[in-house]
Amino acid sequence: MQESPKYWKGIEELENSPEFVKNALTEFADFLPVKETYGSSDASVAPRRDFLKLMGFGLAAATLASCETPIKKAIPYLNKPEEVDPGIANFYASTYFTGQDYNSVLVKTREGRPIKLEGNPESPITRGGLSARGQAAVLSLYDGARLQHFAIKGQKAEKDRVDQEIRSKLASAGRIAIVSPTIISPSTKKVIAEFTSRYAGTEHVMYDVNSASGLLRANGGVLPAYDFSKANVIVSLAADFLGTWISPVEFATQYIQNRKVSSEKRTMSRHYQFETAMSLTGSNADVRVPVKPSELGAATLALYNAVVGGGAGSSYKNDQLTKAANELKAAGSRGLVVSGSNDPAVQTLVAAINTALGSAAVDTANPSMVRQGDDARMDRLVTDIIGGRVGAVIFYHANPVFDHPKGVQLAAALPKVGLTISLNDRLDETGSLCQYAVPDHHWLESWNDFEPKRGFLSLSQPAISPLFATRQAQDSLLTWAGNPQSYYNYLRAQWSGLTGGAAGWDKAVHDGVATGTASPAPVAQLGAPMSAAAAASAIAAAPKGSGIELFIYEKVGVGSGAEANNPWLQELPDPVSKATWGNYVAMSQKQAKELQLEQNDVVKVSANGKSVELPVLVQPGQAYGSISIALGYGREKAGKVADKVGANVLPLATVKDGAVSYTTTVTLEKTGATSPIAQTQTHHTIMDRKPVVQEATLKQYQKDPKEVTEYEKLVTPEGKVMPGKVSLWQDYEYKNHHWGMAVDLNSCIGCGSCVVGCQAENNVAVVGKQEVINRREMHWMRIDRYYSSDAHKSDFEEKGKLDTYAAMEDPSENPSVIFQPMMCQHCNHAPCETVCPVLATTHSSEGLNQMTYNRCVGTRYCANNCPYKVRRFNWFSYYSNEKFEDVNGHMFTDLGRMVLNPDVTVRARGVMEKCSMCVQRIQLGKLEAKKQKRRPQDGEIVSACAQSCPTQAIVFGDMRDPESRISKLLRREDGERAFHVLDAINVQPNITYLTKIRNTDSSEFNA
Amino acid sequence: MTGIRLRTLPYCLLALFLSFASLDRASAQDVGAAPDVSKEGVAPGATAAAAPAAAAGATTGDAAAIAAGDALFKGNCAQCHAVNEVVVGPALAGITKRRSLSWLIPWIKNSSKVVASGDDYAVKIFNQYQKQQMPSFQLSDAEITSIVSYITSQEGVNSPVGGDTKGVAGKDATDTAAAGTEAGAAKYVDILLIVLVVVLIVLVVTLVIIANIMKDVLRGRKDLDGRDVELLEQRFDWTKLYKSKVVRGLALGVFLLAVLYESVQGVMAVGLTQGYQPTQPIAFSHKLHAGEHQINCAYCHTSVYKSKSANIPSANICMNCHSQIKTESPEIKKIYRAIQKNQPIQWVRVHNLPDLAYFNHSQHTQVGGLECQTCHGPIQNMDVVYQYSALTMGWCINCHRETPLNTKGNGYYDKLVQLHDKANGAVPFTVSSNGGTECSKCHY
Repeated sequence: MQESPKYWKGIEELENSPEFVKNALTEFADFLPVKETYGSSDASVAPRRDFLKLMGFGLAAATLASCETPIKKAIPYLNKPEEVDPGIANFYASTYFTGQDYNSVLVKTREGRPIKLEGNPESPITRGGLSARGQAAVLSLYDGARLQHFAIKGQKAEKDRVDQEIRSKLASAGRIAIVSPTIISPSTKKVIAEFTSRYAGTEHVMYDVNSASGLLRANGGVLPAYDFSKANVIVSLAADFLGTWISPVEFATQYIQNRKVSSEKRTMSRHYQFETAMSLTGSNADVRVPVKPSELGAATLALYNAVVGGGAGSSYKNDQLTKAANELKAAGSRGLVVSGSNDPAVQTLVAAINTALGSAAVDTANPSMVRQGDDARMDRLVTDIIGGRVGAVIFYHANPVFDHPKGVQLAAALPKVGLTISLNDRLDETGSLCQYAVPDHHWLESWNDFEPKRGFLSLSQPAISPLFATRQAQDSLLTWAGNPQSYYNYLRAQWSGLTGGAAGWDKAVHDGVATGTASPAPVAQLGAPMSAAAAASAIAAAPKGSGIELFIYEKVGVGSGAEANNPWLQELPDPVSKATWGNYVAMSQKQAKELQLEQNDVVKVSANGKSVELPVLVQPGQAYGSISIALGYGREKAGKVADKVGANVLPLATVKDGAVSYTTTVTLEKTGATSPIAQTQTHHTIMDRKPVVQEATLKQYQKDPKEVTEYEKLVTPEGKVMPGKVSLWQDYEYKNHHWGMAVDLNSCIGCGSCVVGCQAENNVAVVGKQEVINRREMHWMRIDRYYSSDAHKSDFEEKGKLDTYAAMEDPSENPSVIFQPMMCQHCNHAPCETVCPVLATTHSSEGLNQMTYNRCVGTRYCANNCPYKVRRFNWFSYYSNEKFEDVNGHMFTDLGRMVLNPDVTVRARGVMEKCSMCVQRIQLGKLEAKKQKRRPQDGEIVSACAQSCPTQAIVFGDMRDPESRISKLLRREDGERAFHVLDAINVQPNITYLTKIRNTDSSEFNA
Repeated sequence: MTGIRLRTLPYCLLALFLSFASLDRASAQDVGAAPDVSKEGVAPGATAAAAPAAAAGATTGDAAAIAAGDALFKGNCAQCHAVNEVVVGPALAGITKRRSLSWLIPWIKNSSKVVASGDDYAVKIFNQYQKQQMPSFQLSDAEITSIVSYITSQEGVNSPVGGDTKGVAGKDATDTAAAGTEAGAAKYVDILLIVLVVVLIVLVVTLVIIANIMKDVLRGRKDLDGRDVELLEQRFDWTKLYKSKVVRGLALGVFLLAVLYESVQGVMAVGLTQGYQPTQPIAFSHKLHAGEHQINCAYCHTSVYKSKSANIPSANICMNCHSQIKTESPEIKKIYRAIQKNQPIQWVRVHNLPDLAYFNHSQHTQVGGLECQTCHGPIQNMDVVYQYSALTMGWCINCHRETPLNTKGNGYYDKLVQLHDKANGAVPFTVSSNGGTECSKCHY
């Protein structure tokens, strides 16, 4: 019998709080939400007079409306571009990089407007994957909060006047600084160099909000390129490499290669994670050890001592660390250590360990370029600006007033600078303080090139003509430098040496990627590198942490906060905490009990004379003695969506030894207020049903793959049989296609790319914080996250019943985590179909569970009867109800509506909706095949979620085609890892899950 | 005598009503039989799929080559050329006698090159037709040959419409013939009915007259007893009928039913715009372009075979011809104005499907092989376009239930057809039997 851990969706479920029980037993949070508009004391009754008024008006309106058919215009092109055909999507290769993660993308455009981004399979770096942030980036193009014209002190101004004034002021400015996040564009750097040569005394300073300056310093000014597919033992010291660290999509695709298993390949890499906050990477680790931020250096030193030897003595001792060190040594060049710390000493030791191992996964010869920020240089510049020693500053997509630790002082000093120019896309916290605003195009409107890794190039091309009277930043810089050339020509000239001729250029534009290098040599970091010995002694001499330590981290969705005004990102649940709309103070259960705090209590976190007030979230796995707060929130001038959401924690960070330190000691103070956190966590609960998620250890799998999955069987007179064999219903016969999906829980890392991809593809509405709290989020696809504890059946005999029950009730301090993407299961015997009184949900001859909005009358019986809780009800007109104008604004304006997928209906109020398995893509794929008089090929038709998955955890295809990937996979895994969720209720889903395998001994389940 | 007139009047009215009703029905049947619509110029997929069977080098009388040439001619040449008359370019009849194929092929592929090479004939033609350059066509030699074959086959035929190719024409002919006999039979029945009605009326009138005459005769006699007189002087008491509860009830019931029926019909027609014929900003005539000049629908509606939307032509497509033709027309000048002002022409949309219904033209034209006229009606006869079909869901579903799938030669359907034939070969393999009436085929 398999050891079956018990799962909890969260602390509430574990504690069985009254609130949780109430929610768990009801599918819908509340009755019709019409009452809030009426001031009646009896809230459940709508006043009769209002009803009559409404009815009267409704009748009159209906009568009037039926008298006359509105005249609709059909406006063709005046001069139709040859390659654009209305109704046919065009794809253009481009690149998404805004100073955070790099993604090579394909831009899907309809009638000349970008509507979706997809990963570019041609890219050797991201290999068709795309991050959640990348998926959401298309919405930022239509952000109405973008600055739509040139401005002087916030007032609209003529382009020529702005240029003239800037040029004359630049000539006499003296010291000029260009501040930007990391720029990986070789041509842009050349433009900046040209600007610098025109205006001597110009300095270009790059800084990253979540800095890797320490890592750069430890590696001689370059960022090593990592290849996780070449590592069998991975030790991560607080590096969230699957979520936010350096290049998560690239790393996820590499990492997963050694994590996928089959009965032919029964090996996996071993992944140790030592970290403070429960990160996406930590939740995927085989062994996770919570470590306070102040202990991280000592832990690194201990690892260094164990692997390399010879460092100063470390105070940190942990059995798992010893084991990790031993395994690293055994793995040799197949071992890899990474660290997310920004402390140069820690990174120096990590580099020394990797060198000692001879790790094949680290490549410093062809380094990565995506982090080039130099904290010391930026700190010096900020100090100089504050000291009045800078004549002119140009902010190029940089917003240091918001995202630099010294932002507040900078804000006070900026008005005193002689010339301040913002090239940012909006009048943000920094831009609004600048004299001149010369907004840049959105990247989907621009030409540009990128070199994310030495030797690998990519291009971005305009997918739409500029929406506003903006100008590409490079063109602005060239204009001011006195170069009349356009940036496009400049770029072409740059590339003529790389691609050779028009054909090569055309190919590069078509593919989006090319090989070759064009970047200048990296600029050395200002801070001096240190030797391993010096680093070891520096760490050993570091003061021990005292009190409660703050750890500032980055979230998968909002990231650095530059794209915070994107509602898709704000509503994307955090992979682990499942919280949306805002940041919070994450602390362990033990800590919360000690401080007598409960979830949602607002606390004041103070350090260095600054403070933020945020609610508490009890986060299992958070290191005791520490709290975590995400950066990127608390924007003031980003736009309606992001303003005043959460609080900005970056002022609490400090600059230490020329590197931003994201940890500090804080004091906590209860304010007495409460502020609910919008979590999707315990919504849509599946309770008391065991086989929802299944997992096993690698040892079990190696022994016998047929033993890892527990199948529920039904007792019949003929003996025990699989539930599918016994049925009341007649089976469907699928003659043509039988669409299905397989989700490999071993490959799913929970990154949320599919959630946003689905939202973009299917016009899913954003509902805002309050409606998420009301459990009315509309995501068709969610990623369920389960915590498990280590209480096993065997404990009853060993420890006795009472102790075991006590242990089960004891909150898990460091649970293992499992992710499960959950969407409509398209059951063959669907319970929703049988209860619909109007036949609005029916089964198709291709295995789809069809939802027909125009037939739905909104009884919600189907949602009540769905065992998977994947149906979503439209409680409001999210596209016209003023309550949602701030959060779902893109459905309100002509500008925002350009992002909607024209092939998918925008659902009206009062109808049910759910995953359609991207039926519009299926229909399109079939039609293309029919036009070419052939059967569709496998892989031609994919759902948006399967398309976006960087780890290929989701496989979509035709189960009727024996040669399709999904058919082969299901044949291979049948009886081994393949299982259906809630198989015993015999609804026969078309979605199959594959059991998760952990590379751990059972005793290590909770280290 | 007045009595006779008065009493006969209701009968006459009844008779008239009956005859009109039958006539009405007859004309309605005429309309029903009418769509023996000419189906020229819209061969689906022809432009894309026509495979020229003729070997390059020699024109043939091969029917397949002519068919392919026909499609190619209509897709590429018919905008500027006709076989037997001068349009923009010269009439093409006798072209094989005037020029050899080896001259024609390079000319069609790139005429300006031939002109530039100083070829006498080419220069002459170029100058003769206002120095209007013939565009280059990316056609293969075999395709050009088939076009020439088609032209040769059309020489001297008065109407370039007529019987296009043997196969199609043959089929059309039988179709028309069948329709003709049907229509003939229908007319015959109508005439018979009319004759019968007339006979009936005559009969009734005669009977009434006879009855009156007999009554008059009787009145003249004095030897009648009281009962006979009573009978003779009997008048129908209208007030009794008027006061009868049964009759009143019946009348009220009929009236209510009629009102109910009319209102239901009215309500059902809300939002229905069949017959909608708005005035367009430019008096464009499909009758002239698609009907008389036989321009392929896909020439202007460029994406009808490849996209969901058929595409309303952009002004530059109009300019392909109207930079030369009818440049003085006030309607054409509207196009020039639009181009000058850089403002697209705002046509009024005739066919409006609700947003909740997904419709794809290419599915029906390219895959299904439907004619444009099947849904759009006799578009080639419309001066101003109107909505021919109801475009209701019932109308869609009916067609999906009745229409057999166009599976011939389409590899997508091969196995499905086999499966269907094995299971239920007797009934046609319709759209709906392949899932074509499921909700998610049109609603998502």
